[in-house]
Amino acid sequence: MNILMLGWELPPHNSGGLGVACYHLAKALALKGTSIDFVVPYSAVHENIDFMTVHNATKLSPLDRYGLGAYDSKFLISGNNDAETSHLTDIRSVQRQYTKYVERHIEKGVATYDAIHAHDWLTMEAGIRAKQMTDAPLIVHVHSTEFDRSGGASGNPIAREIEYQGLIVADRIIAVSAVTKRIIIEQYGIPADKIEVVHNAIDTASFDDGYEYDRRTYKYLESLKSEGYTVISAVTRLTIQKGLTNLVRALAMASEKYDRLALLLAGDGEQRDELISLASELGVSDKIFFTGFVRGKQWRDSYSVSDVFVLSSISEPFGLTALEAAHHDTALVLSKQSGVAEVLHNVLKYDFWDVERLADQIVGVATSPALKTSLKQNVMQEYAQLSWDDVAAQLHILYGAARQPRERVLV
Amino acid sequence: MSKRGITLYLHVHQPYRLRDYTVFDTANTHDYFVDPDPLSGRNNEKIFRKVADKSYRPMNQLLEKLLQTHPDFKVSLSITGTLLEQAEQWGQDVIDSFRRLVETGRVEIVAETYHHSLAFFYSRAEFESQVEAHKAKIRELFGVETSVFRNTELAYNDELAQWADQYGFKGILAEGWDPVLDWRSPNFVYRPEGTKDISLLMKNYRLSDDLAFRFSNKSWAEWPLTVDKYSEWMNASINDQPLVNLFMDYETFGEHQWADTGIFDFFEDFVGRWLADENNTFYTVSEAIEAHSPAGTISMPSTVTWADAERDLTAWIGNSMQKEALQHLYALEKDILRTEDDQLISDWRRLQTSDHAYYMCTKWFTDGDVHAYFSPYESPYDAFLYYMNAIRDLRWRLHAHHKTGGLSG
Repeated sequence: MNILMLGWELPPHNSGGLGVACYHLAKALALKGTSIDFVVPYSAVHENIDFMTVHNATKLSPLDRYGLGAYDSKFLISGNNDAETSHLTDIRSVQRQYTKYVERHIEKGVATYDAIHAHDWLTMEAGIRAKQMTDAPLIVHVHSTEFDRSGGASGNPIAREIEYQGLIVADRIIAVSAVTKRIIIEQYGIPADKIEVVHNAIDTASFDDGYEYDRRTYKYLESLKSEGYTVISAVTRLTIQKGLTNLVRALAMASEKYDRLALLLAGDGEQRDELISLASELGVSDKIFFTGFVRGKQWRDSYSVSDVFVLSSISEPFGLTALEAAHHDTALVLSKQSGVAEVLHNVLKYDFWDVERLADQIVGVATSPALKTSLKQNVMQEYAQLSWDDVAAQLHILYGAARQPRERVLV
Repeated sequence: MSKRGITLYLHVHQPYRLRDYTVFDTANTHDYFVDPDPLSGRNNEKIFRKVADKSYRPMNQLLEKLLQTHPDFKVSLSITGTLLEQAEQWGQDVIDSFRRLVETGRVEIVAETYHHSLAFFYSRAEFESQVEAHKAKIRELFGVETSVFRNTELAYNDELAQWADQYGFKGILAEGWDPVLDWRSPNFVYRPEGTKDISLLMKNYRLSDDLAFRFSNKSWAEWPLTVDKYSEWMNASINDQPLVNLFMDYETFGEHQWADTGIFDFFEDFVGRWLADENNTFYTVSEAIEAHSPAGTISMPSTVTWADAERDLTAWIGNSMQKEALQHLYALEKDILRTEDDQLISDWRRLQTSDHAYYMCTKWFTDGDVHAYFSPYESPYDAFLYYMNAIRDLRWRLHAHHKTGGLSG
């Protein structure tokens, strides 16, 4: 089977979970004998990828693409004066370049495709164009919607319109969770039977790179732990979608009942300053540790140092970080508005707005070694059963079936 | 009848800025004040060397020349302990040049807190320790006793004056702020409310700020400021009054106002012009107090500083981050002092320097007037995070090395 896959990022040039999911999903498909042409909007060598062909749609460096923020439709590239790339001044220009590249690629006619698989709004226009040119079915894979990214508001109207067009034109839609499926139905008016839920998974093998937790990375937090403190963490972009103001409020509320708590906020984002201010207004700055953007060892260690991982999102299509946290032996507290909460059971759940309940759960885990240990151990059993191989099997069925309703219409 | 005099008082200070001290540094390295990056705006050595070349060396040279040329020229200086430490480390000749000034007998050193802190508002015991430490440092380096006091940022209230009076200071400095003075002029010596023996000198902020802030401002209607014009203003202000108190940062000369603005030549010419009239002179702060009895009593129940249009402490303790940070810092006082660990105590005191809190000020930042935001950090929030990490590290050191003081978080 030949698949034209349209993506926005792949590791190590990823800014978030989208690239990670695309990588593992493509790899699992390839292992099942699928041939994949994967298009990215920048130029870079992906040394770790030999299971598919990666196509570079523009001459932009991945760093410029980071600036765009795969998830942030508000972001503009600035200060790029290179003659060749200067006209790519914003995300719309990059998308147009990307679509042109896909058109030229199809015109060359080097491959015929059984399906076109487009990931998120960023690539949907190119997906629609590819469908028009090849008559192959278009599968739109929704990892997040503009509704999620804007924290439950209507968001950027252009991004929303492109999403809408993509969802309408698509032959099949994959939602990464029931949460996302519901948003696609309610916010975009798409019929439920056009949408399939395929949850993300985790590749535990990718963590086996000789990593060992280094206690010196977060030495102060380790000292606090030896004094009986419980470390709560969120590894996340600091942005409105993630519901972090509620987490900070819950920490303040929890601290009134039980003082030995520390919160590690690993990541960066436009909401950071607001969170710093809020923490000082609530008198809990001292309990909150801002790391800035973390990668590599600091990133893995941020999970390892944690006792409790909180996914506080207002709207989270999936939430891969929760699985990563589970792998690093933490107890999980998940907002019910996250996709990952649909697949994990040995976790505590709360509605993202319910600060009091979150505070109560934090205190509960912090004060009960038995609860903490049970949550950690049981979720460890559970998360590892989510495999990309199963995801690939589901996709194969989907690719095969995508064409059929359309052919019936044509008859 | 005594002569009409200018009381020129210059404040010399540099803080120990924190480097970008992160969560990952906390409890691992304790070198908050050492930025290895030579290009960093937080590299204290680099900044000291730059300011020494632009300001301390040329200005001391000019002051020395003026003292030689004009027997009536006098100046008062307050030099913080943190500046003196930096000069001892990176510019001994700067100390030597200050010493030559003091040796003329016409340069008075003014007392203040060693660490340029706001300790008066947090801990009276710590405040007095820093005043003592500063007196000791001045004695050690210059062989003189101080007798007139200025508090950090000229932060002044009646309680401070009463403290200084009881402590034995004969004079104290404050802002000559209109809402306090009302119909009165700053050009007299006053007596602070509730004191017996101490006199108050108040800054003539208009004439002071003409030099300190406006001198090189080309959008100022009076630019360029000439010696003629400034002398005229000075004469108009002093008229039949005894003195004009010109208080400003020493770094006005060469650093805030660069040499190419003409500030040094202007100042030299102005001093000459002023002293050409035999009715005119300069006073040190002590002389101003001795020559003039208080003209009345001044009361400032709430704190007045020399900063901003508000003349209050909001630039340092106005927002919740600043309040929280300082509260955590001063909460360590007893545990830190009990260790008798000189390095630890010194680091704790360096964090008391008011500049740190100033870098966390958001009041201009939120107005979008980032040009008014005078800070080596990207934002007040960054300044706050680095500072909190440094406080945590102090706690860790207390805990690890002295088994005292709880870690907290």
